[in-house]
Amino acid sequence: MKQTQSCADSLQQARLARYSPGSIKTSARYLWPLAALMLLLAVNLVLDASFFQLSFQDGRLYGSLIDILNRSAPVALLAIGMSLVIATGGIDLSVGAVMAIAGAVCANLLLQTELPLVLVIAAGLATGIAAGLINGILVSYLKIQPIVATLLLMVAGRGVAQLINQGQIVTFQRPDFAWLGTGSWLGLPLPIWLVIGMFALSQLLLRRTALGLFIEAVGCNATASRYLGINDKAIKLFVYAFAGFCAALAGMISAADIQGSDANNAGLWLELDAILAVVIGGAVLSGGRFSLLLSVIGVLIIQSLSTTIIVSGLPAKFNLLIKALVVLLVLLLQSDKFRRQLSSWLRLRPQGAEL
Amino acid sequence: MKIKRLLGATAVLVLSSSLALSSLASATTIGFSQVGSESGWRSSFSESVKQEAAARKIDLKFADAQQKQENQIRAVRGFIAQRVDAIIIAPVVETGWAPVLREAKRARIPVVIVDRNVQLNDDSLFLTRIASDFTEEGRKVARWLMQKTDGNCAIVELQGTVGATAAIDRAKGFNEVLAEYPASKIIRSQTAEFTRSKGKEVMESFLKAEQGGRNICALWAHNDEMALGAIQAIKEAGLKPGQDILVVAVDGVPDYFKAMADGEANATVELDPHLGGPAFDVIAAYLSGDKSIPKYINNTGELFSQDTAAAEYQKRTNK
Repeated sequence: MKQTQSCADSLQQARLARYSPGSIKTSARYLWPLAALMLLLAVNLVLDASFFQLSFQDGRLYGSLIDILNRSAPVALLAIGMSLVIATGGIDLSVGAVMAIAGAVCANLLLQTELPLVLVIAAGLATGIAAGLINGILVSYLKIQPIVATLLLMVAGRGVAQLINQGQIVTFQRPDFAWLGTGSWLGLPLPIWLVIGMFALSQLLLRRTALGLFIEAVGCNATASRYLGINDKAIKLFVYAFAGFCAALAGMISAADIQGSDANNAGLWLELDAILAVVIGGAVLSGGRFSLLLSVIGVLIIQSLSTTIIVSGLPAKFNLLIKALVVLLVLLLQSDKFRRQLSSWLRLRPQGAEL
Repeated sequence: MKIKRLLGATAVLVLSSSLALSSLASATTIGFSQVGSESGWRSSFSESVKQEAAARKIDLKFADAQQKQENQIRAVRGFIAQRVDAIIIAPVVETGWAPVLREAKRARIPVVIVDRNVQLNDDSLFLTRIASDFTEEGRKVARWLMQKTDGNCAIVELQGTVGATAAIDRAKGFNEVLAEYPASKIIRSQTAEFTRSKGKEVMESFLKAEQGGRNICALWAHNDEMALGAIQAIKEAGLKPGQDILVVAVDGVPDYFKAMADGEANATVELDPHLGGPAFDVIAAYLSGDKSIPKYINNTGELFSQDTAAAEYQKRTNK
């Protein structure tokens, strides 16, 4: 009951966000993640004074900030897809494995055939969509719980990728494909443009058509939305296919970046980073509320954190602990209840001093 | 129906007798329990054992454990039940081997441990262990680098996965040698988890943090894959890997030999995947009555530099 209430709230909120942009309630949602991001960047500036320095080199901007954007690209793409899946109340654990499969398919096509680049890219994307459709069918038509349905592909998918690569790391020398991961356009690395393009496309699709509303409705209450005439199964199928598409794109960027497909490590555990980013962005795992922009900010927080740890020079064994603590802090700051308690606690202290 | 069953029975009989005949025909039957096929190195290890067995007409029973010790233990019990002449184990983990090795000993089947270590209180449970000494690998790399730079070098280090034996011991050996050269220092160190993409990512940050890489004299990576990723990062930063920044690593994978031949990497110590030959040698010696087999056979590979890289790359890709 409480959940439907909060869903109704968030639906209301979403409508408000659409029809009265800049209302106080929505801007507060953006405040804390952005504050966390700024804080992390500030820490970097203290650690290394040249952190914000940007130079122009080899026809593109060059510097730590660009690195952060560039390195976040694969997880940002995953997070865009994951946001929609989570908005329908589902979850997709298989995106990391799908990255590996798409990378393996492209690498082998490049190595063994003379196919033009466009067809190789199309084949990679088609692989991702096919993997997404398998997930979608399992979840929407066969009614398997999303975490179980996508776990299958998470485990089996990496095996498929290893099989395609025959247990080897397949490397290729194709500057045109490598351009996807290492090239640049208008002064920015191409992966950043791909994320911007994908983000703009999804945002248009979700906010300029009814699709976004349908996805939120299905996430809030699939049965109720079916009675309203929304084809909830088709919506779910779509979001998983979309997540597969995003994962394939991310997989191709990763493969192009190192000019090779490493089936064991490509995209390993990135599904968890993507889920984390969506959660940092304030989405509810039970479905309903989501924001693509906040998810992407979540990704930037995670990546800035990784860069901070590398730059800080702390021993490697502390990496995961620090990451966990910072993420916990960000999540706590976003919790209304925690903030209320914190402020009441801060207010109590001076009063206590007067007594 | 009856005839069918009879036919089936005869088929089974014929099959099993032909199996028995084939195992009689070949001199020795050896069971080999492999970890899995998680990396390129592991695959070439398995491949070389199979080829070596075929060349020596050994009847090899190969079991892939898919990274699980329970599968390995089951495979070894299977080998014991089949009364093989010897067993080779490439263990997944170090602990938990005593019970199954005791069973092998009771059946009087010699066991050779290859690659990773096992922890046992009783050394008599296995014949010998054949492995590379990770610490020595680190020492070899460091000695080469110190000689090359006259002991004056600011080094960045890409560590392997936190807690992995290979990472810990390689770092230990490298630092031992480095301690003798006060002018040299590791200025940055971070894990890149043995992977190419992480190697590239971490190196990018190192380059930014060290004045665009101008402060860095050499890169020391705990494996070739990370070094290969880092080489790309160095190139993208507008520097020449192998010249502006020296690159040293361990493993000796074909791609790295190519990088050395192209002048983009400087040296690597080979982690020899051809463990099949030495293992079969030891078993043959033991079975023919040699009782003076040492408990540890060091198989640390050689250091390769750019001089021989092109020829070595040819050799490795033609095979």
